[in-house]
Amino acid sequence: MARGAAVIDRERCKECGLCIATCPKKVLAFSGELNNGGYNVVHMEHPEDCTGCGFCALTCPDVAIEVYREKISA
Amino acid sequence: MPVDVQDMQKIFARPDSLTDAKSTYCPGCHHGILTRIIAQTIDELGIAERTVGIAPVGCAVFAYRWYRCDAIQAAHGRASAVATGVKRADPNLIVFSYQGDGDFASIGTAESIHAANRGENITVIFVNNQVYGMTGGEMAPTSLVGQKTTTTPQGRDPKLFGYPIRFSEMIAQLEAPVYVTRQALYDTKHIKEATKAIKKAFTNQVEKKGYSLVEVLAACPTNWKMKPIDANIHIAKVVKKTYQLGDLVNRG
Amino acid sequence: MGERLLLRGNEVIAEAAIRAGCQCYFAYPITPQAELLQHMAVNMPRLGRTFVQAESELAAINMVYGAASAGVRTMTSSSSPGISLKQEGISYLAGSSLPAVIVNIVRGGPGLGDIAPSQCDYFQATKGGGHGDYHMIVLGPSTVPEAGQLTMLAFELADRYCTPVMLLADGMLGQMMEPVELPKPIEIGSLPKKEWATDGAKGRDPNIVLSFDLDPEVLKQMNLILQKRYRQIEAKEVRYEETATGDADIAIVAYGTVARIAKTVVKMARAEGIKLGLFRPITLWPFPSQALRKLSEKIAMVLTVEMSAGQMWEDVRLAIAEQAETPFYGEMGGVIPTPQRILSEVKKHAG
Repeated sequence: MARGAAVIDRERCKECGLCIATCPKKVLAFSGELNNGGYNVVHMEHPEDCTGCGFCALTCPDVAIEVYREKISA
Repeated sequence: MPVDVQDMQKIFARPDSLTDAKSTYCPGCHHGILTRIIAQTIDELGIAERTVGIAPVGCAVFAYRWYRCDAIQAAHGRASAVATGVKRADPNLIVFSYQGDGDFASIGTAESIHAANRGENITVIFVNNQVYGMTGGEMAPTSLVGQKTTTTPQGRDPKLFGYPIRFSEMIAQLEAPVYVTRQALYDTKHIKEATKAIKKAFTNQVEKKGYSLVEVLAACPTNWKMKPIDANIHIAKVVKKTYQLGDLVNRG
Repeated sequence: MGERLLLRGNEVIAEAAIRAGCQCYFAYPITPQAELLQHMAVNMPRLGRTFVQAESELAAINMVYGAASAGVRTMTSSSSPGISLKQEGISYLAGSSLPAVIVNIVRGGPGLGDIAPSQCDYFQATKGGGHGDYHMIVLGPSTVPEAGQLTMLAFELADRYCTPVMLLADGMLGQMMEPVELPKPIEIGSLPKKEWATDGAKGRDPNIVLSFDLDPEVLKQMNLILQKRYRQIEAKEVRYEETATGDADIAIVAYGTVARIAKTVVKMARAEGIKLGLFRPITLWPFPSQALRKLSEKIAMVLTVEMSAGQMWEDVRLAIAEQAETPFYGEMGGVIPTPQRILSEVKKHAG
């Protein structure tokens, strides 16, 4: 299974938790660190499980997540 | 710790047509998802240079901040009339009117219906979250029977405040509209379907087919007094019963 | 000499708008302005321009708002009750610095009123019928030919100052026919491009048409810009006409249809040895206060005559202060003052 990554823009995150709920692999969680808005920012708790499916980014109302996926050489 | 994306390919980024402005929407508000979908659609159709967005009055009053294209902020309820004026002034502009349920289905009822009835070649995005968000959660014409709001504290009593207006069904009775659909954003499946619907609605305009309306059931965690995820479940389990999803008209 | 035609005021205003390069016209049926709408319905499409009969006057002014934002010359017309429905939109046009022409063929009011001529919308037009500190330039024609000329001027001033301009006529002017030499049509292509317009952000940053900001300091700056513009308009765009005031002892102040009647009164009074003059404001906003004040310094009494309960009368008194007596005579409900009755008022106050 290709590896992926979700890069979260700390200052855009509003701790809504929708990405956490939608992630099929339960990769995401609140990091415990607060951004300037006082929101508990999401981060990849289990980065190794991320497949780069992009569900989190599709769901994020603040478009705070960019998604990467491993290039698989043919 | 920064994420190592060395030998990885970026497969999802903020759409080009989306500005860098910080969103003013509440945590978990679906306006934000919808805004991203629209910006993405503008990118995919390559129409940013001739798109003009019409912002309503309500939570989306700042809509002009989110898109890298021309925009006009309209008086409350009048966005569909303003869109008519822009489109008639220059038919090769791609005009979309982004309106909440108070704007579109209450004060703007006449403008909304008649823009549709004239078959204006515009794209209307109608965000239905069953409350007036910006002003503090008052009842909207789309509020559900029994729904508690700041103006129906005992719950919406239809004998006093009428029933939820199914506006898309009303528009669907008109002959001119080419595409009328109701979508939702409460999970990735519906987000993907809504994205297709919005792209169709914009494509209809690009291909000069006529009036398209996309009603989007949206969550308002703040005024529904729910956590974002619970608001999504509320749409899936409750709101959807009053407002059936799917295409009502598809002559495009 | 261009072609002289016998046309109704409503048609002259419509034709003048077309010749002024009006590309989009949005309106709703209402008497006594109906022929204006009908003339546009026939001729705008014929010229490949936009004509939309809106679902209401309120929708129409918002269509004007959209077309104006897109950078084209645009107009709406209505009569009193319809103009009331447009006030919110007019305030938005002013707040967003959008050029547009609004024609009010005034009728008896308030409420449904009647369809006879009146001047009872003066306050609404000049003191701002909508919300906020704003003004429209308000032009008051008193003849059918002048209605055509001032319509052309309205489009010019709207573009020059990026502001809504109102043509304040009345039911009589709208319905009356007179021989008219129509103004020469302008070349739409010759109109300067509006860089601020939302006509597609191609090769430039996006343009935003906006009339609000939640930061009071920013909104204050937006207002100061408007006020500075209004001072410029007051300094440069005042228009009025004086008749037989050179040797006058007393004068009538009147505009529009009443001013035309007053010209007859001046002749009648002079025939009886009364040195009467007429001061006729053409721009009702900006009001010709200085000129009127100067006139009042050598005149004992200035009688204001209106088809209303006395609205312009307040601006007359503001301008003249205690310089001279400022009595008033008015008719309401669509009743048109007769020359004889006005002359009796002149005599009564002349003492």
